[in-house]
This record gives sequence, C-alpha cells and structure tokens, in this order.
Amino acid sequence: MSIAQIIVNVTGITLIALIVWYFWLYRKEGVQVAEVSGVQQVQIKVKGGYDPDVIVVKRGKPVRLLFNRQEAAMCSEMVVFDKIDKSAKLPEGETVAVEFTPDKKGEIPFQCQMGMLRGKVVVA
Amino acid sequence: MVKDMVKDPICGMEIEPEAAAARRSHMGHTFYFCSTQCADTFDADPHQYAHPVMDGNGANLVVGSATTGFNPDLSSPLQIELSIAGLTCSSCVTTVEHSLRALPGVLEAEVNYALAQAHVTYDPQAVGVSDMVNVIKKAGYDVGVSETRARITPGLHCGSCVSLIEEALYDIPGVLEATVNPGTDTVLVRYVTGQVDFAAMQAALESTGYQVARPVAEEEPVDEETAAHEREYKSLMRKFWFAAAISIPVMLVAYPELPWLYLPNLFVGEASETLIQTLFILSAIVTLPVMAYSGRQFFTGGWAAFKHHSADMNTLIALGTSAAWIYSTVALIIPSIFPEGTATPFYDVTAVVIALVVLGQALEVRAKGQTSQAIRKLIDLQAKTARVLRDGREVEIPVEEVLVGDVVVVRPGDKIPVDGEIIDGRSAIDESMVTGESLPIDKAPGDEVIGATVNTTGSFKFRATKVGKDTALAQIVKMVQDAMGSKAPIARLVDQVSHYFVPTVMIISILTFLAWYNFGPSQALAFAVVTAVTVLIIACPCAVGMAVPMSLVAGVGKGAEHGVLIRNGEALQTASKLNVVVLDKTGTITKGKPELTDTVPAQGFDETALLRFAASADHLSEHPLAQAIVTGARDRGIDVVEPDEFDAIPGHGVEAVVDGRQVLVGNIKLMRRYQVETSRLEADVKRLQSEGKTAMYVAVDGHAVGVVAVADTIKEDSIQAIQVMKEMGLEVIMLTGDNERTGKAIARQVGIERVLAEVLPEDKAKEVHMLKQGGRKVGMVGDGINDAPALVEADVGFAIGTGTDVAIEAADITLMSGSLKGVAYAIEISRATMRNAKQSLVGAFGYNSLGIPIAAGILYPFFGILLSPIIAGAAMAASSITVVSNANRLRFFKAKSFTDTAEVTA
Repeated sequence: MSIAQIIVNVTGITLIALIVWYFWLYRKEGVQVAEVSGVQQVQIKVKGGYDPDVIVVKRGKPVRLLFNRQEAAMCSEMVVFDKIDKSAKLPEGETVAVEFTPDKKGEIPFQCQMGMLRGKVVVA
Repeated sequence: MVKDMVKDPICGMEIEPEAAAARRSHMGHTFYFCSTQCADTFDADPHQYAHPVMDGNGANLVVGSATTGFNPDLSSPLQIELSIAGLTCSSCVTTVEHSLRALPGVLEAEVNYALAQAHVTYDPQAVGVSDMVNVIKKAGYDVGVSETRARITPGLHCGSCVSLIEEALYDIPGVLEATVNPGTDTVLVRYVTGQVDFAAMQAALESTGYQVARPVAEEEPVDEETAAHEREYKSLMRKFWFAAAISIPVMLVAYPELPWLYLPNLFVGEASETLIQTLFILSAIVTLPVMAYSGRQFFTGGWAAFKHHSADMNTLIALGTSAAWIYSTVALIIPSIFPEGTATPFYDVTAVVIALVVLGQALEVRAKGQTSQAIRKLIDLQAKTARVLRDGREVEIPVEEVLVGDVVVVRPGDKIPVDGEIIDGRSAIDESMVTGESLPIDKAPGDEVIGATVNTTGSFKFRATKVGKDTALAQIVKMVQDAMGSKAPIARLVDQVSHYFVPTVMIISILTFLAWYNFGPSQALAFAVVTAVTVLIIACPCAVGMAVPMSLVAGVGKGAEHGVLIRNGEALQTASKLNVVVLDKTGTITKGKPELTDTVPAQGFDETALLRFAASADHLSEHPLAQAIVTGARDRGIDVVEPDEFDAIPGHGVEAVVDGRQVLVGNIKLMRRYQVETSRLEADVKRLQSEGKTAMYVAVDGHAVGVVAVADTIKEDSIQAIQVMKEMGLEVIMLTGDNERTGKAIARQVGIERVLAEVLPEDKAKEVHMLKQGGRKVGMVGDGINDAPALVEADVGFAIGTGTDVAIEAADITLMSGSLKGVAYAIEISRATMRNAKQSLVGAFGYNSLGIPIAAGILYPFFGILLSPIIAGAAMAASSITVVSNANRLRFFKAKSFTDTAEVTA
C-alpha cells in the first residue's frame, strides 16, 4: 500500500467515525426556558432545523413555543407534536404559538411532517 | 350630577341617553336624538351626519353637529374592544394588560379572560389601534383581524387620491391598514374584527368623493397556502430553466471522448487539447452560478441542518454536486496529483443534477398542492358576504363581520354565511358540501342551518349562533388540518429510519469510494469519485419520509369531502384494521324518533276517523309518542283539531274531548281504568309488539275503536350501509338498551344477525370491552353523547354528527351526515389510504435499497454496468414525484358505500 493509499483510507474511516459521532452520538445541550408572567416562553427559529431544538421546561407550568419559520422549503411547513396530538402550520415569516402544559416528566419530541427536522421539549 | 351626556348629531343638543326621544345605530355607533324630528332628519341621510370626525390621527366616535356647527371635544379618550386569540391561561391576561399599559397613550387596559377581550381606553392623539395590535402580537397573542377588499368607483386617476382614500379609512377606529391599488381600483382594508362594519368604510370612502362597489368576491385573497405554493413553484421553475440552459452547453463539451456528442467537433473537426482545456475552464465558471442560484437551497438547507446535527436531502445533493465540482476543478488545475487517465472533469454532473432535482421539487410542489386540494375546497366553501338585518333593513356585510345574534336573511340560491337557527320561513337546503348527504334537507323555524351550505328555492331568516372560527365549517377545516398534520403509527416507524437514513448514505458513499479506490480497475480514482457522488445523489430520503404523510393528507381530505372527519392518523390506521363494528340502535341505525307506522281500526270504523280522533286527542300532549301520532296524521292529510278538553294521565295516556266525544288514547292500563273492552284488539296489539312497535289503544265514548302503532323507524340507507360493511368482511353487531324483541325486529330489517339487547347505557363500554377480547379491533358507532364512554373504549369511536357540533370529544371519526354510509365510507377510505401509504413505502424503500447498491457499482464486476450520476439525479427526482402522485391517486377513489351519490360534492 502506498502512502497515498494509506492516507486516503485513514481519511475515509475517520470521516465515517466523525459522521457517526456528529449525527448520532452527539448529545445536545438543552435551552432553559425563561418565564414570562407564569408562562414558559421561547422563540424557535425554523430554518433547516429548529433553533433551539432542545428546550428544557418545568412540569405543570404552561409552555408557549413561538415558532418562526424563515424559509420557503416545504419540509418545515408543519410542526407536529405527536405525543400530545398537536400540530401547527407555519406560514413563512409568521410567528405561530404552540401552547400546552406538560403534566409529567419526560420528553415531548416535535418534528416536521416528514421527520427530517427534529426537536424536543424536555420536561424536568 | 351630570351623567354621561350625549349629543344629538342634528341639533347638537346635549341629552341623557336614557331620555333620548329616539336612537339610531349607524356605522357601528349609536346616535341619540332629542326629538323624533331630529331622528327623521337623520334618517333621511344618515351619512351626512354620521361622518366620523377625521382628526388625522386616530379616530373619533363623537360626531359633530351638522346643523349647529357644534364640534365635539377631540381630546377625550376613546375606548375600544379587541378580541384576542390564544389566551389559554388566566395568567396570560396580565401579560396582555401589562404590554398594553406600557404603551404611551393607553390610559387603561383590562382583559377579560372569559370573553377573550381587551377593553382599552386610550388617547387617540398619542396611540393608534395598530400599535396596540402590535404589542399584543409581540406578547405572543393574536388579535382577531379581518380583511376585506372593495372596488372603488369611479376609477382612480391621480396618485394623491390614493393617500386621500387611505387616510380616510385609517381614520375609522379599528382600521389597521388600508391599501389602495390604483391599478385595479380596489382597496384592501385590514381591521380589527367586530370593530368596523362595512358601512363605516363606505361612509369614509364616500367622504372623499368616491363610491364603493360591493366587496370584491373574485379578488378575495387566495388561500395563503396556495399562494405560497405557487410562489415556491415559480421560483423553483426559474431556477430549473436557468440550470437547464447552462446544463446543455456544459454537457455538449463534457465528453471529448464521445465524438458524436462533442459539440466542438462540428466546427473544428478534431478538437485540440487547448480547446478542450479552455472549454472545461469555461464549464467550471458557468456551473458556479448554477450552484449559487439554482442549487442555493441545497447548500443553505444542508448547512442549516448540519448545524443542528442532522442531515437531509439537501445535505446529500449539496455534497454530491459540490464533490463533483471540486474534483473536476482539482483535476483541471493540477491533474498531476491524480493517477494517469483519471483527471477527467465532469462539470455536467453538477449542472444537470441540480437542474433535474430542482425540476423534481417543482413538480412535487405542484402535486402536493393537489393532494391538499380537499381542504382548499372546504375553505372556498365559505360565503364571502352576508345579508343581515340592521335597524330593520337588510344590509350586506362581509361574512367576518356577522356577529352572534345577528338576523341573517337568506334568499333563494344564496349560500348560508354562518351557522344559526331558523327563526322565520322555510326551505330545503343542500348540505352535501358539508355532510356528504346528496339530497336537500327541509328546514323550518327552530332547525339548525350550517354555514357554507346552499339554500335552494325558499327564503328564510335565521339567527346566527356560531360565527368565525366556531362555525361548523371552520371546525371541520381545523379538524382536517390537524388530522393531516398528525402521524399515523406506521409513520412513527419510518421516522426512526429517516433519522439514520442520510448519515448512513454518507457512510455508504465513503465506503464505496474506498472500495473502488482500493480494489477498482485502472482509473480507480475516477470511478471512486463518480460512484461516491452517484450514491449521494440517488438516495432519496424524501420519498421515504413523504410516503405516509402524503397518503394521509389525501385520504383525510377525501373523507372530509364525504362528511367523514377523521381525527388523526392513528384513527385512520386503526379504522383500516377493524374486524367488528358495533352499532347503537337508537339514532344510529334508526332515526331516533318515533314515527306512526300502523293504524288498525276495529270493525265498523275507518282508518281516517280513527287517526283523526287519536291525533286530535294527542294534539296538546308533549309526549314524543303523541307527537309522532299527530305528525303521522298530518302527513297523511288528516285534519287535526283542537280537543275541547284535554287531560294527560302519566304512565297511561290521554283523555280528551274531541267533537264532543270522549276519546282515550293510551296503553292497556288506561283502557282498564276506564273499563274499556279490548279483547277484540289484543291479537293486533301482540302482532305489532312482536314487530318491535309501541301499540296504543284508541277508545271513543268507552268503546275500543282501534290501535295505532308507533315505532322508531330505520334510516333509509342503513340497510345498504350495513350490507356494504358485511361485504367488506366486517362483523356487524347491534347494541341496544331496548328489549330483545324490539332489538331483534330492527336487526332483522337491516340484516344484522347479532344483537346485544337490554344493555344499560353504563354497560355499553363494558360490552365493547368484551368484544375486543381476542385481539379483535372493534369500532363503535353512536351519538357521541350518551355513548361517549363506549366510543372511547372502542378502538375507533364513530360519532354520528349532530348538526353544527363537529368536534365531538369522544370520537375518533365524526360523521357529519346522520347516515351509516359514512361509517362504511370511513372504513373504506382508511383501508385505501393505508394500502396507498404502504405501496409508497414499499416503493420508496425498494427504490433506495436497489438504487444505492447499483449506484455504488455492485453490478459492475458482473455486467460492467455503472450508473451515471445524471441518471441517478433523474431517478431521485422521479422517485419523490412518484410518491406524491401515488397519494394523488386517492383523490379518484371510488367507494362502494357512495356509489349512487357519486361525486355530487366534487
């Protein structure tokens, strides 16, 4: 095996390892939510993903997620909270509020209709 | 001492509202008059006196005097009510109040949580209504805002008129935005719902010397979603044409080794090395704008996803096309670093793949628009204007302005604007668009009418009971939209896959590269790059991810067209798997109210006389059985008279005097009480009872003269619907609280073999639970109120809709029409939808699991077949279009249960 071949192979395998780590193993830090007069409220930018996409909230207090979609790509047209049976259409450029009160600890995932974009509300 | 005084707009006199001689409501304001004379003057030309005073800043409700020149005080604060959407908790109230009070110029702000209204006192000089709306929106809530368009006549000719008109409109309190379009001679006004009526806008416009034609129907803002889709489509098509225009020349200079495809050969015979080189350099340059413009969304989308530690289709296309470009450029500039013969640029891949995928996306947007057509049809059903009675006159107003309690006038052929209850007049109403029921329904005072349905030939007035987002139509739209956005359980599985899909493809691509690089034939590097790029491009995560949602959207929409509202994807998926359908008898299979079925006169008495006596005696009774007899007699053309005397004997029947004769109508106990001999009629009574009917004796002057029987009759189409369900392989069971005999009688008529009779209402859920044993999926059909626990217990609860109540909590599926055909249809469409989704899924998975290995070159060692990245791009675009098109096939689904009424609604 030539030097070039070794370099190429090592690079390839390293890339694979990076992909596995970056997309699957990496754990995201959640964003703690600020409280505005009793409501846990957070702005979420929707552009190729949800920003922030992990939101930490407290149990038993109303949560308001304000989604603002800043892209035309149809993928993100809708946000679905499957676990709590909620969904919302997100017209481009408009802020859409999704509200609920989490009553037990755990995670409430949300995603676009096709499941390409994901986020979750962590109830602590 | 001085209470709130008001000014007479005619003479300017200050009076107490209570003491006013007359009052008029105009342009949304109430005017008080000192005398009827002033009121008459006002009536003659209300606009002249009722101009809102334009102070150029905010608006004023106070009206100046026309005759005395008295001018009202402009500095006084104004009050306005804003209805607020999204108030979900009482704590939100404080948020809104605080944000409003923080506005300079707002003197007082109070929010009523129950009414979802903000009551604001403000100084019009300092703050405008639009500022308040803005802060409320910033706080995360919405203010009910409507918009309307009107045509202006005569046409506009000067630029200054535009601002003149706009200013006049801005002066109306509650108007947020007024935009005049001189090109179309129309004006678009956005205003706080309920604060402005059309007359006020008209008056403001007229004050500028222009006139308003009616609100423009054909220019109603197109459904926003459609507009967004249309924009997206157009933008994608522009990108496609640009990429295509560049792709062709780039492709024609890309293969010097294929003389028949190589364009320069036409001109120079044999292209020189330098020429080839130059053309490649040119290709490198012209493909850059293709990536930057046509392929922009792949890069921005891919990058945005990357930042979120995720990857999608954009990532793959971005990686594939840029890898091709970078490799080509490196090969062009420093060919020496590559092994002999592998330094061939392939810029055409970059350009053509982007062109194809963008075209695919454009076609997909198109097709998606069709998939959700059903919901657009629903939205389009909404009437645009309503004719309401205001001060005894008919006024045409935009439908958004109709308030609960308004009296709406409906003429023949009109669309009914909102939900309500008829107070005067009668007509047959075509409700097919909402309930799926094809025959017009007769309606009389007291009956409910549903907004968006169409009046046929009669005219009537009705009182609005539900407006705006509370109407049945709005609820339906909401429910359908929610359902379309929900997940079928099968999709959850797919989601797990799609999470791993794209990174996996990237890994396969690298492995492919390494495999070719290490073990490939000569020119291995070129092969390695091409196959790696092809793998990235052929993979189609979209097809996998879209399969179920697309079918769901099409299926749920199709259901809605037939008045079948499916709550969510889970309900749809479960409905497709049902084995057993339990039908509640009363109100589900039957009409739920008794009807006169038999009249058996005793010898020597005729049917008409018997019915006349029975019905007249029952005339004043409110008992449903008595009412059934009265209605039955009337329907048979019998003249029912008032009884001279009347006495209801609870648990027995009635005693009355009709035409001077004593009439008894009731059960055997009543006959015994009056010692009437009934033995002659006993056989008839027995027979009627065995048929499940309620038989009542009729006696005149102490002699039994016959028997009338009343029964809950079955709905006309129940038999057919049950037949269809049985053909679908479902076991149909009847559940009833009635006795075995009555239950069996009805079951026989509709063709049901199994009857669960004498089930107490509270035990219905238990029965359903028992039926579920052995893993059978049980659907329960009931009215949604008494049967709620049973509906919840069932795997799928079907509620028979009751007029305008759409969102029945307990139900998974709501049937807008009372017909059982809806149940059969719901199951049919669910099965078809799930079948469709599975086809798409199998297709998408099959495509990827075949396409990716082929792209990787798995066939090369055996057949020497290698896929061109361009073919891969085309395949990938085609596969996602196929998924959407497959879902669209559902639009043409023909159900067995609706064969005869086919497509009336379409």
